[in-house]
Amino acid sequence: MDMVRAHVLCCGGTGCTSSGCEAIIKEMETQLAANGLEKEIKVIKTGCFGLCALGPVMIVYPEGCFYSRVQVGDVKEIVEEHLLKGRIVKRLLYQETIEEDNIKSLNEVDFYKKQMRIALRNCGVIDPENIDEYIAFDGYKALGKCLTEMTSEEVIEEIKKSGLRGRGGGGFPTGLKWQFAAAQVNEQKYVCCNADEGDPGAFMDRSILEGDPHAVIEAMAIAGYAIGANQGYVYIRAEYPIAVKRLQIAIDQAKEYGLLGNNIFGTDFSFDLEIRLGAGAFVCGEETALMTSIEGKRGEPRPRPPFPAVKGLWERPTILNNVETYANIPQIINNGADWFTTIGTEKSKGTKVFALGGKINNTGLVEVPMGTTLREIVEEIGGGIPNGKKFKAAQTGGPSGGCIPAHLMDTPIDYDSLMAIGSMMGSGGLIVMDEDNCMVDIAKFFLEFTVDESCGKCTPCRIGTRRLLELLTKITDGKGTMEDIDKLEELCYSIKESSLCGLGQTAPNPVLSTLKYFREEYEAHVRDKVCPAGVCKALSKYIIDPEKCKGCSLCARQCPVNAISGEIRSPFVIDQDKCIKCGACMSGCKFGAIYKK
Amino acid sequence: MEKTATLPFKGTKEQEAKLMEVIAEHKGQKGATIPVLHKAQEIYGYLPIEVQTMIAEGLDVPLAEIYGVVTFYTQFSLNPKGEYQIGVCLGTACYVKGSGDILEEIKEILKIDVGECTPDGKFSLEATRCVGACGLAPVVTINDDVYGRLNKGEIGAILAKY
Repeated sequence: MDMVRAHVLCCGGTGCTSSGCEAIIKEMETQLAANGLEKEIKVIKTGCFGLCALGPVMIVYPEGCFYSRVQVGDVKEIVEEHLLKGRIVKRLLYQETIEEDNIKSLNEVDFYKKQMRIALRNCGVIDPENIDEYIAFDGYKALGKCLTEMTSEEVIEEIKKSGLRGRGGGGFPTGLKWQFAAAQVNEQKYVCCNADEGDPGAFMDRSILEGDPHAVIEAMAIAGYAIGANQGYVYIRAEYPIAVKRLQIAIDQAKEYGLLGNNIFGTDFSFDLEIRLGAGAFVCGEETALMTSIEGKRGEPRPRPPFPAVKGLWERPTILNNVETYANIPQIINNGADWFTTIGTEKSKGTKVFALGGKINNTGLVEVPMGTTLREIVEEIGGGIPNGKKFKAAQTGGPSGGCIPAHLMDTPIDYDSLMAIGSMMGSGGLIVMDEDNCMVDIAKFFLEFTVDESCGKCTPCRIGTRRLLELLTKITDGKGTMEDIDKLEELCYSIKESSLCGLGQTAPNPVLSTLKYFREEYEAHVRDKVCPAGVCKALSKYIIDPEKCKGCSLCARQCPVNAISGEIRSPFVIDQDKCIKCGACMSGCKFGAIYKK
Repeated sequence: MEKTATLPFKGTKEQEAKLMEVIAEHKGQKGATIPVLHKAQEIYGYLPIEVQTMIAEGLDVPLAEIYGVVTFYTQFSLNPKGEYQIGVCLGTACYVKGSGDILEEIKEILKIDVGECTPDGKFSLEATRCVGACGLAPVVTINDDVYGRLNKGEIGAILAKY
């Protein structure tokens, strides 16, 4: 390897790609060449750094300067000032990293301070398209150790001892799952990876595949060795083109190095890996549906038992784990189960990655030890709610999860505590909502999603979720009755109990948890015909404050239905019967005289 | 409800040759249907009944099964897409930041509904699942261009650029 004096790490995750990092990397290369620095300074496109809110981001080493919201026009300055003359471009530094005249290490910044990176260890650190960089960070060492020093029983025992539980939502002990599949006698078994990350607002798995694809490949090979399988499939969303591309590159490189294929590490263990693209069906995140989809059919779930460990893909014993679960495996093998059990809580070991989004300052990807409280994540790591608004709820677990209200913010986040308060860990989406979000509307949003994604195989889910949505729509339209709220609740329990798969069994959770913690908001919609957050259009009213109105007539001119009238220089009024609640008047008013009730 | 294609099927000989190549490559493989449909949609842009028939015959699978798979997955389209495909992200992060309003605004401007194409074939509109750019919420994509941190009222100017 050539010696270089500085490294420029540019985030090439989906978030930063969307905000234009490709053009920045290109400009960086052009500018370096123009200054004759291309041999001295190396530009590396890495996976996600986590701080997506500040994208596009880059880190320059050895100084460790964290430049945020970089624009193409800034690159010349970074090259000429920083890389050529050694003068850091202060105006582009992430403000949090500046301390008097020094640069703070990124690990001391609030966003990173409380994090602990196991699954995301290499994300934003290595070049995911270069297997040598992964190997330099102890890559494939765990696979080598398993194949040459451990029996398959010992591997399973180690994973069991670590207490690792499935990170895809269910939280089933991973080692136990492997043990069931290993116990089956069959000449053909399969290892599958669930990368069909369908929860809206969740992007952990994608970031791992984009930032550290080899970790997943290595772990799947270890799983293959443990259960006695020689073939693996990664089922990944077609909506994730960057992840698909990097994973394919990684698989090809692993094959070239003999880390996939026949007689790996000179042993008689052989393992091959293939990518299967999903085609946009949320239900395919359910394990039996995912396998049906790999078989090339409509991705409908099958009744269990038989469990996939007995009869899975093509009726053969199969294990399916989620991307993040796999990303933990090499670390557990390398550092030992005892190390892993020191992290987290009694029943939830290790860390969990969350995709932090919604009304929060530091949107992005965070990895914290299990047991960290929601308050720490939202207020310290996430930097609180923008615009001085108040925290109302956090939603975890996507369409299968629930909303956690403000008074439960000190709940430690682990599988069992979340279940106890009516939400669930889910795959790791964590959406923050403030006082401007209506909880009935949020429940309706998730039900719209499930109605759309219900595969239609079983009646409670297909018809039940639709009835739930109708009831919710009736309530947000201001036509609901108090009986509707009771009916809603009753229906939720029937759907939960009688649906075939996880999708239906958890679909009512967003309704149940909002009913539990925000019942008064439902009642306000029904009894007072008011949406307290002012979201539900049918129930909201735009009103002109006569004290603040200067009578400029701008609103009247902007109103598409001529609902506003008045005389110049005296307060205007809105005719509520004509108003279509488009909000054009409010966003146009220069005096803030129009408000929504 | 799925709508039938409004435009007549216009496949070329080259497209057909490419499709046959894909079919030959996958024939006999286990679970080949979905990979072949993905490639066929890449070639034709959508999957009209004519293309499904060719795949059914080529892979020796009943047409009903192919149609069943095509209509099950949202990524497969029976309708041609517009020259510019607009996707409004309705993932939770975007939704709580107001992407629903932006979708309404686009519908209003283009006078089309989700899943439809403008009569001139220029724009088609989709409400997409999370595109994973939650840091930029709310997000709209037009072909490969991504527009983030949008406010109400900005979308008109963006559409005018196309």
